[in-house]
Amino acid sequence: MDRALIDRLAAAPAAHRGVVVATDLGSGERTWIENGSAAGPVTVDGAILAAAAAAQRDDKSQTVETGDGRRLFLHVFNPPLRLMVVGAVHIAQSLAPMAALAGYAVTVIDPRGSFATADRFPGINLTDDWPDEALAALKPDSRTAVVTLTHDPKLDDPALHSALRSGCFYVGSLGSRRTHASRVERLKQAGFDDPQIGRIHGPIGLDIGAKSPSEIALAIMAEITATLRRPQAAAA
Amino acid sequence: MAADAENLMPSSEEVLGRAAAWQDSGKAVAIATVVNTWGSSPRPVGSQLAVSGAQEMIGSVSGGCIEGAVVAEAQEVIRSGAPRLLEFGVADEDAWAVGLACGGRIEVFVERLD
Repeated sequence: MDRALIDRLAAAPAAHRGVVVATDLGSGERTWIENGSAAGPVTVDGAILAAAAAAQRDDKSQTVETGDGRRLFLHVFNPPLRLMVVGAVHIAQSLAPMAALAGYAVTVIDPRGSFATADRFPGINLTDDWPDEALAALKPDSRTAVVTLTHDPKLDDPALHSALRSGCFYVGSLGSRRTHASRVERLKQAGFDDPQIGRIHGPIGLDIGAKSPSEIALAIMAEITATLRRPQAAAA
Repeated sequence: MAADAENLMPSSEEVLGRAAAWQDSGKAVAIATVVNTWGSSPRPVGSQLAVSGAQEMIGSVSGGCIEGAVVAEAQEVIRSGAPRLLEFGVADEDAWAVGLACGGRIEVFVERLD
Protein backbone atom coordinates (compact mmCIF):
# COMPACT_ATOMS: atom_id res chain seq x y z
CA MET A 1 0.00 0.00 0.00
CA ASP A 2 1.24 3.38 -0.98
CA ARG A 3 1.38 5.95 1.83
CA ALA A 4 -0.08 8.60 -0.47
CA LEU A 5 -3.30 6.59 -0.53
CA ILE A 6 -3.76 6.99 3.24
CA ASP A 7 -3.18 10.73 3.00
CA ARG A 8 -5.65 10.95 0.15
CA LEU A 9 -8.28 8.92 2.03
CA ALA A 10 -7.78 11.06 5.10
CA ALA A 11 -8.74 14.07 3.01
CA ALA A 12 -11.75 12.41 1.39
CA PRO A 13 -14.22 12.26 4.32
CA ALA A 14 -13.53 15.90 5.09
CA ALA A 15 -14.65 16.76 1.59
CA HIS A 16 -17.74 14.54 2.10
CA ARG A 17 -16.97 12.47 -0.94
CA GLY A 18 -17.46 8.78 -1.36
CA VAL A 19 -14.56 6.78 -2.71
CA VAL A 20 -14.02 3.16 -3.71
CA VAL A 21 -10.45 1.88 -3.72
CA ALA A 22 -9.98 -1.17 -5.96
CA THR A 23 -7.07 -3.42 -4.97
CA ASP A 24 -5.77 -6.19 -7.23
CA LEU A 25 -5.42 -9.09 -4.78
CA GLY A 26 -2.67 -10.57 -6.93
CA SER A 27 -0.36 -7.61 -7.37
CA GLY A 28 -1.47 -5.30 -4.56
CA GLU A 29 -1.85 -2.47 -7.08
CA ARG A 30 -4.65 0.02 -6.58
CA THR A 31 -7.05 2.17 -8.51
CA TRP A 32 -9.05 5.04 -7.07
CA ILE A 33 -12.70 5.14 -8.18
CA GLU A 34 -14.66 8.31 -7.61
CA ASN A 35 -17.77 9.68 -9.31
CA GLY A 36 -17.79 6.80 -11.77
CA SER A 37 -14.28 7.30 -13.08
CA ALA A 38 -11.16 5.32 -12.26
CA ALA A 39 -7.54 6.44 -11.90
CA GLY A 40 -4.65 4.08 -11.21
CA PRO A 41 -2.70 1.07 -12.45
CA VAL A 42 -5.52 -1.49 -11.96
CA THR A 43 -7.60 -1.71 -15.13
CA VAL A 44 -11.33 -1.58 -14.46
CA ASP A 45 -14.08 -1.99 -17.04
CA GLY A 46 -17.70 -0.87 -17.03
CA ALA A 47 -18.84 -3.93 -15.08
CA ILE A 48 -16.37 -3.20 -12.30
CA LEU A 49 -17.35 0.47 -12.23
CA ALA A 50 -20.99 -0.61 -11.88
CA ALA A 51 -20.06 -3.04 -9.09
CA ALA A 52 -18.14 -0.25 -7.36
CA ALA A 53 -21.13 2.08 -7.60
CA ALA A 54 -23.41 -0.61 -6.14
CA ALA A 55 -20.92 -1.35 -3.36
CA GLN A 56 -20.77 2.33 -2.53
CA ARG A 57 -24.56 2.69 -2.50
CA ASP A 58 -24.93 -0.39 -0.27
CA ASP A 59 -22.01 0.72 1.88
CA LYS A 60 -20.61 -2.78 1.47
CA SER A 61 -16.98 -3.48 0.59
CA GLN A 62 -16.54 -6.68 -1.41
CA THR A 63 -14.26 -8.77 -3.59
CA VAL A 64 -15.26 -9.19 -7.25
CA GLU A 65 -13.80 -11.11 -10.15
CA THR A 66 -12.98 -9.37 -13.43
CA GLY A 67 -13.80 -10.76 -16.86
CA ASP A 68 -10.13 -11.69 -17.32
CA GLY A 69 -9.93 -13.61 -14.04
CA ARG A 70 -8.33 -11.10 -11.68
CA ARG A 71 -9.76 -10.65 -8.19
CA LEU A 72 -10.33 -7.07 -7.11
CA PHE A 73 -11.19 -5.92 -3.61
CA LEU A 74 -13.55 -2.96 -3.74
CA HIS A 75 -13.08 -1.07 -0.49
CA VAL A 76 -15.81 1.49 0.13
CA PHE A 77 -14.91 4.65 2.00
CA ASN A 78 -18.16 6.54 2.43
CA PRO A 79 -18.57 9.77 4.36
CA PRO A 80 -20.12 9.14 7.78
CA LEU A 81 -23.89 8.88 8.06
CA ARG A 82 -25.22 12.05 9.64
CA LEU A 83 -28.57 13.16 11.03
CA MET A 84 -29.45 16.80 11.53
CA VAL A 85 -32.49 17.33 13.74
CA VAL A 86 -34.16 20.73 13.88
CA GLY A 87 -36.05 21.12 17.15
CA ALA A 88 -34.71 19.90 20.49
CA VAL A 89 -38.14 18.50 21.39
CA HIS A 90 -39.18 15.26 23.12
CA ILE A 91 -39.13 13.24 19.90
CA ALA A 92 -35.58 14.48 19.31
CA GLN A 93 -34.55 13.23 22.76
CA SER A 94 -35.44 9.70 21.64
CA LEU A 95 -34.44 10.07 17.99
CA ALA A 96 -30.92 11.37 18.68
CA PRO A 97 -29.70 8.37 20.72
CA MET A 98 -31.49 5.91 18.42
CA ALA A 99 -29.75 7.39 15.40
CA ALA A 100 -26.42 7.40 17.21
CA LEU A 101 -26.85 3.68 17.93
CA ALA A 102 -27.62 3.11 14.25
CA GLY A 103 -24.28 4.71 13.38
CA TYR A 104 -25.23 8.30 12.63
CA ALA A 105 -23.33 11.35 13.80
CA VAL A 106 -26.22 13.42 15.18
CA THR A 107 -26.52 17.18 15.50
CA VAL A 108 -29.54 18.75 17.18
CA ILE A 109 -30.29 22.30 16.12
CA ASP A 110 -32.48 24.66 18.15
CA PRO A 111 -31.92 28.38 18.59
CA ARG A 112 -34.27 28.44 21.59
CA GLY A 113 -31.60 28.30 24.27
CA SER A 114 -33.39 26.26 26.91
CA PHE A 115 -34.19 23.38 24.53
CA ALA A 116 -30.87 22.12 23.18
CA THR A 117 -29.08 21.49 26.45
CA ALA A 118 -26.49 18.85 27.29
CA ASP A 119 -28.77 17.70 30.14
CA ARG A 120 -31.49 16.74 27.71
CA PHE A 121 -29.11 15.45 25.00
CA PRO A 122 -26.14 13.79 26.67
CA GLY A 123 -23.34 13.06 24.23
CA ILE A 124 -25.09 14.65 21.23
CA ASN A 125 -23.73 17.59 19.21
CA LEU A 126 -25.88 20.65 19.87
CA THR A 127 -26.08 24.02 18.20
CA ASP A 128 -28.25 27.05 18.95
CA ASP A 129 -27.63 28.61 15.54
CA TRP A 130 -30.61 29.33 13.33
CA PRO A 131 -31.40 26.21 11.28
CA ASP A 132 -30.42 27.68 7.90
CA GLU A 133 -27.10 28.91 9.31
CA ALA A 134 -26.50 25.62 11.09
CA LEU A 135 -27.18 23.61 7.93
CA ALA A 136 -25.02 25.94 5.84
CA ALA A 137 -22.15 25.16 8.20
CA LEU A 138 -22.83 21.40 8.41
CA LYS A 139 -23.25 20.98 4.63
CA PRO A 140 -25.69 18.04 4.29
CA ASP A 141 -24.51 15.50 1.71
CA SER A 142 -25.77 12.26 0.15
CA ARG A 143 -25.16 10.47 3.47
CA THR A 144 -27.16 12.98 5.52
CA ALA A 145 -30.76 12.91 6.77
CA VAL A 146 -32.47 16.14 7.81
CA VAL A 147 -35.51 16.09 10.11
CA THR A 148 -37.55 19.07 11.29
CA LEU A 149 -39.63 18.63 14.44
CA THR A 150 -40.56 22.11 15.72
CA HIS A 151 -43.94 22.63 13.93
CA ASP A 152 -42.86 26.27 13.85
CA PRO A 153 -42.49 27.64 10.31
CA LYS A 154 -39.96 30.20 11.56
CA LEU A 155 -37.62 27.34 12.45
CA ASP A 156 -38.70 24.48 10.17
CA ASP A 157 -38.99 26.38 6.89
CA PRO A 158 -35.44 27.78 6.71
CA ALA A 159 -34.16 24.28 7.46
CA LEU A 160 -36.34 22.78 4.72
CA HIS A 161 -35.11 25.39 2.24
CA SER A 162 -31.50 24.42 2.99
CA ALA A 163 -32.25 20.70 3.00
CA LEU A 164 -34.10 20.79 -0.35
CA ARG A 165 -31.20 22.63 -1.95
CA SER A 166 -28.75 20.03 -0.63
CA GLY A 167 -28.09 16.49 -1.80
CA CYS A 168 -29.26 14.93 1.47
CA PHE A 169 -30.84 11.50 1.05
CA TYR A 170 -33.76 12.08 3.41
CA VAL A 171 -35.86 15.07 4.43
CA GLY A 172 -38.68 14.60 6.91
CA SER A 173 -40.93 17.13 8.55
CA LEU A 174 -43.18 16.57 11.55
CA GLY A 175 -46.78 17.72 11.29
CA SER A 176 -50.31 16.60 10.50
CA ARG A 177 -51.56 16.36 6.92
CA ARG A 178 -53.05 19.84 7.33
CA THR A 179 -49.82 21.28 8.69
CA HIS A 180 -47.97 19.65 5.84
CA ALA A 181 -50.39 21.03 3.24
CA SER A 182 -49.83 24.60 4.44
CA ARG A 183 -46.07 23.92 4.56
CA VAL A 184 -46.23 22.80 0.92
CA GLU A 185 -48.04 26.04 0.01
CA ARG A 186 -45.35 28.16 1.71
CA LEU A 187 -42.59 26.24 -0.08
CA LYS A 188 -44.34 26.81 -3.43
CA GLN A 189 -44.54 30.53 -2.61
CA ALA A 190 -40.82 30.39 -1.90
CA GLY A 191 -40.22 29.03 -5.40
CA PHE A 192 -39.77 25.28 -4.83
CA ASP A 193 -41.37 23.01 -7.43
CA ASP A 194 -43.33 19.79 -6.92
CA PRO A 195 -40.45 17.32 -7.40
CA GLN A 196 -38.37 19.24 -4.86
CA ILE A 197 -41.23 19.45 -2.36
CA GLY A 198 -42.04 15.80 -3.02
CA ARG A 199 -38.72 14.86 -1.43
CA ILE A 200 -40.13 15.79 1.97
CA HIS A 201 -41.50 12.89 3.98
CA GLY A 202 -44.60 14.36 5.61
CA PRO A 203 -46.37 13.24 7.66
CA ILE A 204 -43.03 11.96 8.87
CA GLY A 205 -42.18 8.35 9.69
CA LEU A 206 -43.33 4.89 8.65
CA ASP A 207 -46.95 4.18 9.48
CA ILE A 208 -46.56 1.90 12.50
CA GLY A 209 -49.26 3.51 14.62
CA ALA A 210 -46.71 5.39 16.70
CA LYS A 211 -48.17 7.41 19.59
CA SER A 212 -45.51 8.32 22.13
CA PRO A 213 -42.51 10.53 21.30
CA SER A 214 -40.23 7.49 21.40
CA GLU A 215 -42.49 5.51 19.09
CA ILE A 216 -42.60 8.42 16.65
CA ALA A 217 -38.80 8.57 16.81
CA LEU A 218 -38.74 4.85 15.98
CA ALA A 219 -41.06 5.42 12.99
CA ILE A 220 -38.79 8.22 11.76
CA MET A 221 -35.63 6.13 12.21
CA ALA A 222 -37.28 3.26 10.32
CA GLU A 223 -38.21 5.58 7.45
CA ILE A 224 -34.70 7.03 7.30
CA THR A 225 -33.28 3.49 7.21
CA ALA A 226 -35.68 2.38 4.46
CA THR A 227 -34.80 5.45 2.39
CA LEU A 228 -31.08 4.81 2.81
CA ARG A 229 -31.14 1.08 2.13
CA ARG A 230 -34.04 0.71 -0.32
CA PRO A 231 -34.37 4.09 -2.01
CA GLN A 232 -36.72 2.81 -4.75
CA ALA A 233 -39.09 1.07 -2.35
CA ALA A 234 -39.22 4.08 -0.02
CA ALA A 235 -40.08 6.43 -2.87
CA ALA A 236 -42.87 4.16 -4.15
CA MET B 1 -22.12 7.96 21.81
CA ALA B 2 -20.36 5.73 24.26
CA ALA B 3 -23.08 3.12 23.74
CA ASP B 4 -22.26 2.75 20.05
CA ALA B 5 -20.80 -0.73 19.75
CA GLU B 6 -19.02 0.16 16.51
CA ASN B 7 -16.98 2.73 18.41
CA LEU B 8 -15.39 -0.03 20.42
CA MET B 9 -13.54 -0.89 17.23
CA PRO B 10 -11.41 1.82 15.68
CA SER B 11 -12.58 2.85 12.21
CA SER B 12 -10.50 2.25 9.09
CA GLU B 13 -9.60 5.94 9.20
CA GLU B 14 -8.21 5.55 12.72
CA VAL B 15 -6.32 2.38 11.83
CA LEU B 16 -4.76 3.93 8.73
CA GLY B 17 -4.04 7.14 10.63
CA ARG B 18 -2.11 5.21 13.27
CA ALA B 19 -0.30 3.24 10.55
CA ALA B 20 0.77 6.52 8.97
CA ALA B 21 1.95 7.82 12.35
CA TRP B 22 4.03 4.66 12.91
CA GLN B 23 5.58 5.11 9.51
CA ASP B 24 6.33 8.77 10.29
CA SER B 25 8.19 7.65 13.40
CA GLY B 26 10.39 5.39 11.27
CA LYS B 27 8.68 2.05 11.88
CA ALA B 28 7.87 -0.49 9.21
CA VAL B 29 4.14 -1.14 8.91
CA ALA B 30 1.89 -3.78 7.39
CA ILE B 31 -1.84 -3.47 6.88
CA ALA B 32 -4.25 -6.42 6.91
CA THR B 33 -7.72 -6.08 5.42
CA VAL B 34 -10.67 -8.48 5.50
CA VAL B 35 -11.52 -8.82 1.79
CA ASN B 36 -14.00 -11.71 1.85
CA THR B 37 -16.14 -13.57 4.36
CA TRP B 38 -18.28 -16.70 4.16
CA GLY B 39 -20.80 -17.72 6.78
CA SER B 40 -20.68 -15.95 10.10
CA SER B 41 -17.60 -13.88 10.71
CA PRO B 42 -16.85 -11.58 13.61
CA ARG B 43 -15.72 -8.55 11.61
CA PRO B 44 -17.20 -7.26 8.34
CA VAL B 45 -15.44 -7.06 4.99
CA GLY B 46 -13.26 -3.94 4.94
CA SER B 47 -12.15 -4.26 8.58
CA GLN B 48 -8.47 -3.46 8.97
CA LEU B 49 -5.60 -4.23 11.28
CA ALA B 50 -2.31 -2.35 11.18
CA VAL B 51 0.84 -4.00 12.54
CA SER B 52 4.17 -2.31 13.14
CA GLY B 53 7.60 -3.88 12.85
CA ALA B 54 7.76 -3.40 16.62
CA GLN B 55 4.74 -5.76 16.98
CA GLU B 56 2.29 -3.00 17.87
CA MET B 57 -1.21 -3.40 16.51
CA ILE B 58 -4.41 -1.41 16.11
CA GLY B 59 -7.73 -2.51 14.69
CA SER B 60 -9.08 -5.98 14.15
CA VAL B 61 -9.78 -8.53 11.43
CA SER B 62 -11.59 -11.00 13.68
CA GLY B 63 -12.78 -11.21 17.24
CA GLY B 64 -9.20 -11.98 18.21
CA CYS B 65 -9.10 -15.57 16.92
CA ILE B 66 -6.65 -15.04 14.08
CA GLU B 67 -4.89 -11.80 14.98
CA GLY B 68 -1.83 -13.67 16.25
CA ALA B 69 -1.35 -15.49 12.96
CA VAL B 70 -1.94 -12.28 10.98
CA VAL B 71 0.64 -10.39 13.04
CA ALA B 72 3.19 -13.13 12.34
CA GLU B 73 2.41 -13.04 8.61
CA ALA B 74 2.63 -9.26 8.68
CA GLN B 75 6.25 -9.47 9.85
CA GLU B 76 7.04 -11.65 6.83
CA VAL B 77 5.28 -9.21 4.53
CA ILE B 78 7.22 -6.31 6.07
CA ARG B 79 10.49 -8.19 5.34
CA SER B 80 9.67 -9.30 1.82
CA GLY B 81 7.47 -6.44 0.64
CA ALA B 82 5.29 -8.91 -1.26
CA PRO B 83 1.59 -8.85 -0.39
CA ARG B 84 -0.10 -12.06 0.77
CA LEU B 85 -3.67 -13.27 0.62
CA LEU B 86 -4.50 -15.44 3.65
CA GLU B 87 -7.48 -17.61 4.24
CA PHE B 88 -8.76 -18.71 7.62
CA GLY B 89 -11.59 -21.02 8.52
CA VAL B 90 -12.72 -23.91 10.60
CA ALA B 91 -11.44 -26.42 8.08
CA ASP B 92 -8.04 -24.87 8.30
CA GLU B 93 -6.61 -26.66 11.29
CA ASP B 94 -3.34 -27.89 9.74
CA ALA B 95 -1.93 -24.84 8.00
CA TRP B 96 -2.45 -22.31 10.75
CA ALA B 97 -3.55 -24.10 13.86
CA VAL B 98 -5.92 -21.21 14.30
CA GLY B 99 -9.51 -20.89 13.23
CA LEU B 100 -12.69 -19.01 13.72
CA ALA B 101 -14.71 -20.34 16.63
CA CYS B 102 -17.87 -19.03 14.98
CA GLY B 103 -17.52 -21.40 12.03
CA GLY B 104 -16.97 -18.77 9.38
CA ARG B 105 -14.26 -18.43 6.78
CA ILE B 106 -12.44 -15.22 5.91
CA GLU B 107 -9.82 -13.98 3.50
CA VAL B 108 -7.32 -11.41 4.70
CA PHE B 109 -5.05 -9.38 2.42
CA VAL B 110 -1.76 -8.37 4.05
CA GLU B 111 0.53 -5.79 2.49
CA ARG B 112 3.39 -3.54 3.45
CA LEU B 113 2.88 0.20 3.76
CA ASP B 114 5.45 1.80 1.45
